[in-house]
Amino acid sequence: MQKSLHIDPGKCTGCVQCELACSFENEGVFNTAKSRIKVFTFHQEGRFVPYTCTQCDEAWCMQACPVDAIVINAKTGSKDIIEDRCVGCKVCTIACPFGTVNYNQDTGKVIKCDLCGGDPACASACPTAAITYIDADTTGLDRMRAWAAKTDNTAQASA
Amino acid sequence: MNYVIVGAGPAGVIAAETLRRMDAGASIQLIGDEPEPPYSRMAIPYCLMGRVAEDGTYLRKSDRHFDGLNIEVINDRVLSVSAAAASVALGSGTTISYDRLLVATGSTPISPPIEGMDLPGVHPCWTLADYRNIAARADKGAKVVLMGAGFIGCIILEALAARGVDLTVVELENRMVPRMMNEASGGLIKRWCEQRGVRVLTSTRVEGITGGNPLAVSLSNGETLIANLVISATGVAPNTQFLEGSNVDIDPGILVNECLESSVANLFAAGDVAQGRDFSTGDYTIQAIQPTAVDHGRVAASNMTSGHEQLHRGSLNMNVLDTMGLVSTSFGAWEGVSGGESAELNAPDRFKYLNLQFHDDVLVGANTLGHINHIGVMRGLIQTGLHLGVWKDRLLDNPLCLMEAYVAATQGVGLTTKALD
Repeated sequence: MQKSLHIDPGKCTGCVQCELACSFENEGVFNTAKSRIKVFTFHQEGRFVPYTCTQCDEAWCMQACPVDAIVINAKTGSKDIIEDRCVGCKVCTIACPFGTVNYNQDTGKVIKCDLCGGDPACASACPTAAITYIDADTTGLDRMRAWAAKTDNTAQASA
Repeated sequence: MNYVIVGAGPAGVIAAETLRRMDAGASIQLIGDEPEPPYSRMAIPYCLMGRVAEDGTYLRKSDRHFDGLNIEVINDRVLSVSAAAASVALGSGTTISYDRLLVATGSTPISPPIEGMDLPGVHPCWTLADYRNIAARADKGAKVVLMGAGFIGCIILEALAARGVDLTVVELENRMVPRMMNEASGGLIKRWCEQRGVRVLTSTRVEGITGGNPLAVSLSNGETLIANLVISATGVAPNTQFLEGSNVDIDPGILVNECLESSVANLFAAGDVAQGRDFSTGDYTIQAIQPTAVDHGRVAASNMTSGHEQLHRGSLNMNVLDTMGLVSTSFGAWEGVSGGESAELNAPDRFKYLNLQFHDDVLVGANTLGHINHIGVMRGLIQTGLHLGVWKDRLLDNPLCLMEAYVAATQGVGLTTKALD
């Protein structure tokens, strides 16, 4: 069974432990600016919403890459950057309609969530279970992916 | 079924792979006229920068990739197409017949009509062969003149600057990347480059090139520049010459319908050679960008097979450019639409700029400078036509809260219940 990140914003307290864990796991430093997951704060509504790559089926980033530097991880289904291949052209950063692929100016490469290879540090670090890593069919992933589908440039001719 | 694809760039390769997925038993032939494996032109500047070797530009990294998919890659040049006979004639003298033909031949740099464009040391930066010629002369400290500061010129600029050459850029129009960025942001890119030692001459024309090594480049301002290398990036034109006499309608790219089929039955077109539908305007234009080539390749291939018809609703014109560390983007109707509204954030001292264009409460276009995080969300907001509701006013107040607007609208924060209708 494929697993995916399940995010329940109602449980998020905005503590940004997920951002710190992500940054430390992937960059070796505690720096929320280097996190692949981001907690968005809505002061007027008093809400916090963690957000990161949904590993969408359309994989706009992977399709747009001109040098085959984004590949599907056979184990987790995540779309992973192969750093040695990435030339830093940033086409994936404009192609991703979620805005979840970012350019890292320090390395000249792009970065995105790779589910930490199957043990996402953000989920482990979350103290309130707002972020969990569970079976994909129970995550409401379809709703998150509706956005990706709406970006499709095509319509079925029969529709 | 016998599919023939002319052109082994991104559109052709994606089409070949899509055809294989949809039609397991078909014959698929991919014809390219350059000696290297299928590669990406847009990766060449990164090769010049030394970030990757030549094979880093290859579209697919395994040398068994195409064999593994039973796609025959043919190194030859197509001289002509006979729609009546459903065949293509190759430079080697052979003829290949097709059931469905995809023309994905891309474009070729156009040379300005001035003296000296054929001299040694004057090159476009378009093919891997050009790359080798440029790399041989663009040593540290070499004097280089770059003609053209459009999108392609600016990517090459980045690579040349990284090699440490003594660089002068000559652009005919009044600013850099005039077809991608507005005056305010284009002006900032120029200032940024000048502060980093690149000489940028806008509203200036190269009138002629003479000499050997060094070359003498005469300009419309009366000046003569000495150069070891001149790179021409003054625009491209679609490769359609071989279609003469085939009855395919051309203007100046191949005219296609929503199925990416041309005026001739069973002949499709994709990528930089095709005038495909633009998402923002609905017009049929050449966009000449990588994501559009990919869209075209995928959609054309679907329509070439039976039972997988797809209508192309239009690709969003978008670009991202890195000019010596200053990242700029453009999306959709960045020049605005009639009756629309806009929001602007201009911090020239910090080289930060953001311009959003709205129609009603929908984002329709954007220009950004100096922003690198979550920029793809502008594509998502524009292409999904998301009704921003209350977030439109918040964006007019603070254009930086784009990602919040998207997250809120899709996660049900704020009054945006129409978000996913």
